[in-house]
Amino acid sequence: MEPILTLTKAGFRYGASWAVRGVDLDVFPGEMLGILGPNGSGKTTLLKLLDGMLHPHEGEVLVRGKSMVTLKRGEVAKVVAMVAQETFFRFDFSVLEVVLMGRFPHLGRLQFERTKDLEIAVNALRATHGLELSERSIHELSGGEKQRVLLARALAQEPGVILLDEPTSFLDLKFKKEIFDLIAGLTREKGLAVVLVSHDIDLVSQYCHRIVMLKNGSVHLTGTPDQVINAASIEAVYECAVLVDRNPITGKPRVHLKP
Amino acid sequence: MNNDPLHKPPLTPGRVFRLSLIMAFLLLLVGAASLLIGTAEVSLHKIAALVSGSLGADDPARLIILRIRLPRIILAGLAGFSLALGGVVFQALLRNPLADPFILGVSSGSAFGAIIGILLGFTFSVGVPLMSFAGALFAVYLVLSLGTRRMGMESSTILLTGVILNAFFTAVIMFFISIVADSRLHTMLFWLYGDLSQSRYVSLIILTPALIAGSLILFSFAKELNLITTGEEIAFQLGVDVGKAKKTCLVLVSLLIGLVVSFSGLIGFVGLIVPHLARMAFGSDHRLLIPVASLGGATFLIAADTLARVLISPSELPVGVITAFLGAPFFLYLLRARGSQWSRS
Repeated sequence: MEPILTLTKAGFRYGASWAVRGVDLDVFPGEMLGILGPNGSGKTTLLKLLDGMLHPHEGEVLVRGKSMVTLKRGEVAKVVAMVAQETFFRFDFSVLEVVLMGRFPHLGRLQFERTKDLEIAVNALRATHGLELSERSIHELSGGEKQRVLLARALAQEPGVILLDEPTSFLDLKFKKEIFDLIAGLTREKGLAVVLVSHDIDLVSQYCHRIVMLKNGSVHLTGTPDQVINAASIEAVYECAVLVDRNPITGKPRVHLKP
Repeated sequence: MNNDPLHKPPLTPGRVFRLSLIMAFLLLLVGAASLLIGTAEVSLHKIAALVSGSLGADDPARLIILRIRLPRIILAGLAGFSLALGGVVFQALLRNPLADPFILGVSSGSAFGAIIGILLGFTFSVGVPLMSFAGALFAVYLVLSLGTRRMGMESSTILLTGVILNAFFTAVIMFFISIVADSRLHTMLFWLYGDLSQSRYVSLIILTPALIAGSLILFSFAKELNLITTGEEIAFQLGVDVGKAKKTCLVLVSLLIGLVVSFSGLIGFVGLIVPHLARMAFGSDHRLLIPVASLGGATFLIAADTLARVLISPSELPVGVITAFLGAPFFLYLLRARGSQWSRS
């Protein structure tokens, strides 16, 4: 299977200090990949390399086998979508208008949205259970509703991979579960790949097929939750004593702080 | 025909065309009315005669309409159009609903040039506009080169550079104004508050094609502007070449405004109020906002300039006095009524 995104020996530095260095990574269709690591371990930089916001100083980023730097921005946006931690809308747009923005990379310079684009946007909203919001102003939505709308916009892009940067950090338990069930469903049913950056180790353990654990800008461990999440690795990377047991329902590793 | 909003995109070319047509009709109506209004009496009958070609070549009405009012109304229209267009685009680019087309120092740069021109005794047909445009170019060059870092153009840096430049040029202008005591002082003050009485057809011939080309190019960036208002990183992720879009639009608007201002003087508030009204009435999609706000700006400025001509007739006011007099209280009202929507919730 051809990977959607590939990092080869990727490195990026701010000034003289490397934030990420020597990272090799493939993102495959249908997988949910979690990126874990403490603050400053290079998670966000890695995500920005994957979405082309930053260009690596060393190594290369490939989008479906083609070098990111040779692609036009619009071409990248047809493959890679992003949902940020928080988005602020300065001007007023309706929810439907926001989701239709996801069609931008598929439209010509002067082209307006066609009926087909509307259908795609409506389907995306339906998938994120946000259809009843379509006429509402983006300013009126709660945090959870807004994240669902932005996820719908990412889906409307019809990308191969969605990058999520702490998408639920401002959401309560119910919305968190809702968003993650939704994302998991998308990877299963549509073969979409998801790369998730999070501080929430239990959540990542619960939902992700594969985990990359970063320490000081390099990959410390990579593998299934069972392979990556254990007391030794967590203590080595997060420098914090923990107890790891298993979730009684899912059997996935679960982390507890030692008092 | 299904009326469910989910069966039709929120914005179609038809809707943009229809609403633009309505605004254009309104513009023509106000323009025609303005042609009839003025210190000298010109009847509808005379205009009809002029159009049908039966008006005598030496009739004073011919001179008033063709040589005085018409070029002035057209200049007011072109200036209002550009200022509102510039306002819409700058507000989007800087993601700041309080931005106007003068915010980057174009205004004070061109004022600086114009004041020097007036001081040197240049005429309004060539010298003063040329000096003014040169001043505008100088200011834009300064803002863009000082405001551009290695990482690209950062909005807050550009804004701050513009503000500082404005302050500096204003000080220089005040210096010149305070050392001049003759009739040139009156000319300077009128220029600083917008003076459309110097309109000549030659300036309209320069302005019109520049404006048409500029507004078409800016319109082609409308979708990019929509995305940029939601954040530059987000626009980038959705496929916008943000650096290119920003640079093209900033330079284009600045050139356009510099050019217009060099003929019209500084007319404030049009570029702030009209885009706001348009946003309130028509939403935030720039594919609709650009045409309707521009046409609305033209209409508004023609109406304001008509007032400026007749309010203290036979004397005249600078049109900027009218726009500010109407604009400032209105804007305060807006800030009070809608302030919460602009602030971060």
